[in-house]
Amino acid sequence: METLLEKETFASAEVNHGLTPERKIDFLRQMLRIRRFEQAALKQYQTSGQIGGFLHLYSGQEAVAIGTLSLRSEDDQVIAGYRTHGQALAMGMTMNECMAELFGKATGCSKGKGGSMHLFAPDKNYWGGHGVVAGHTPLGLGLAFALKYKGIKGCCLCYLGDGAVNQGVYQATLNLASLWSLPVIYIIENNQYSMGTSQERSSAYRDCLAARAEGYNIEWDRFNGEDIYEVRAKTWPAIQRAREESRPTVLEVATYRYYGHSVSDANAKKYRSPEEIDNYRKLHDPIQLWQKRLLDEGVMTEEQAAELDAAAAAEAAESVRFAGESPLPDKTDIFSDVYSEVDRQTPAGQTGKFFFND
Amino acid sequence: MPVITYRKALNDALAEELARDENVFIIGEEVAQYNGAYKVTEGLWQRFGDKRVLDTPITEAAFIGLSVGASMMGLHPVVELMFWSFAFVAYDQIVNNAGCIRYMSGGQINLPLVIRGPANGGTNVGATHSHTPESILASNPGIKVVCPATAYDAKGLMKTAIRDNDPVFVMENTLLYGETWEVPTDEYLIPLGVADVKREGADISLIAHGRAVITSLKAAEILAREHNIRAEVVDLRSIRPLDEETILRSVRKTHRAVLVDENKPFCAVSAQIATTIQEKAFDDLDAPVLRVCTLDAPAIYSPPLEKIQLPTAERVVEKVLSIA
Repeated sequence: METLLEKETFASAEVNHGLTPERKIDFLRQMLRIRRFEQAALKQYQTSGQIGGFLHLYSGQEAVAIGTLSLRSEDDQVIAGYRTHGQALAMGMTMNECMAELFGKATGCSKGKGGSMHLFAPDKNYWGGHGVVAGHTPLGLGLAFALKYKGIKGCCLCYLGDGAVNQGVYQATLNLASLWSLPVIYIIENNQYSMGTSQERSSAYRDCLAARAEGYNIEWDRFNGEDIYEVRAKTWPAIQRAREESRPTVLEVATYRYYGHSVSDANAKKYRSPEEIDNYRKLHDPIQLWQKRLLDEGVMTEEQAAELDAAAAAEAAESVRFAGESPLPDKTDIFSDVYSEVDRQTPAGQTGKFFFND
Repeated sequence: MPVITYRKALNDALAEELARDENVFIIGEEVAQYNGAYKVTEGLWQRFGDKRVLDTPITEAAFIGLSVGASMMGLHPVVELMFWSFAFVAYDQIVNNAGCIRYMSGGQINLPLVIRGPANGGTNVGATHSHTPESILASNPGIKVVCPATAYDAKGLMKTAIRDNDPVFVMENTLLYGETWEVPTDEYLIPLGVADVKREGADISLIAHGRAVITSLKAAEILAREHNIRAEVVDLRSIRPLDEETILRSVRKTHRAVLVDENKPFCAVSAQIATTIQEKAFDDLDAPVLRVCTLDAPAIYSPPLEKIQLPTAERVVEKVLSIA
């Protein structure tokens, strides 16, 4: 844990110095939107029977997505794992299209074909939403590769969890990232548990997980993810390194999730003590901490904060209504979006048989 | 018409497509400075440079995943697998990412990606280097698979694959790389999903893909010469999309079919073809549909034995004689 002095240093870091009150308030608004969206989704999952499969909640980790993504430029690309609601909303996706996707509706961002783990908005540079642990890490490298190939001065922010760092493909990807000097930033959101297995029981390391980057000659850093100022101050050098030097970085961000690995995590309250969860909620909640900062700074009033929260809750409720009233995909939709050439009915989409049904 | 090798035909296809579209790049192990483990990419690095022809470390999951990511952004990677057998190292990238992302994104993302390389047994390199994964991969909707049997088809199918907007996997054959065929110098494309009748015949249909087409043509020759049986040889060329019409047209003409397939029999491409024939041409058949596949064990190393583990013309003849 950093000292109070360090906290103040982060607040006055150059990248935070010029933040307008409006932007600071917007960070709070965005975090509240994620929190309220997920609370509404959880309630629907538990009570309405409209959401199937898995629901991996991001609650507790909001400052990581909002802090890091607040630094992006229009050329930067973003990709994430399966705990993806935070990044999706932070990238500008609407609650309606996300909630409808959870409901499996035709109005969902993926027309009900992806679900909670597979939210996509490539028009906003958001490339998912990927279900297999660490399977997306070379895709992030490919996004960075494409930027460099096209001569675009951007970077790729690729999010993964602490449970992903032991997959071989992630290690293989780090090697290539450094070897080819690609502008990618791997952000390990370390919530301390890879499903039900703690970091101590899943990873071998000397100092921290990010330090493994050392072996690939990749710059790395480790910091606390509960304070947006700190997240921004520590992420900014990595973004500059990517954009200006086309070099990768690995960042490890300490954070915590309030719920289980997914909502259907049967042991969610067994591998962690209630005290541990309570401690985080009371002392380290990123939304409460940021709200307190803004109140202390005199940037806004308690009334304004309450209004933001109410607006986020109303937006979430509206997204539930929208999703509930939206139509399901049609049975024929099962066969669209499989092949681009078939969808577009190009000549290439019309020769031979593509689907083999009885 | 010039006579060139299957290898050179592929090389020409790659060179032409690299020259046509600057978003096309070649990536894989030893493809650049080494000129390709099987020399398919020979000279391309010298001509097109570091940006367009990239040597990778031995790291299939990373460079195939990178290529999938690059294709999402509109680049058109042509990935070489030194052996398709190594695809299993990158199976998640190939099946989950290349195969499913378009669907899971509701069609928002295109994946114009080619993965190519040899997929065959018969070179005494042991079971791990001798897989024929066309059946496994073609069973995944979202993926396209082609298996050219001749230099002409290799060039035409490769160029089409590179211009396709979906992931296309081109399965070549090391035993064919040095074989020669006539290939025109003028540009041509062969559409995916169109089979080719390589030899006309009225008595029985031999239906095959890849090198099994060559085996079938040899068998057809023997059948004509020694048994007065006129076999028709249908080359699928493309596994998915599949040209069912040409298969059924041939079977309706000959009323008999032997499927020749270098896959192992279980869930082989030929198993799908047999299903199609019995579902759609049952009343046209005068005999059961039979198959000649690779003998059902991991690829044996022992050179003389591996030769007979794969389908041979003799086994095809024998099978044909059992029903014709």
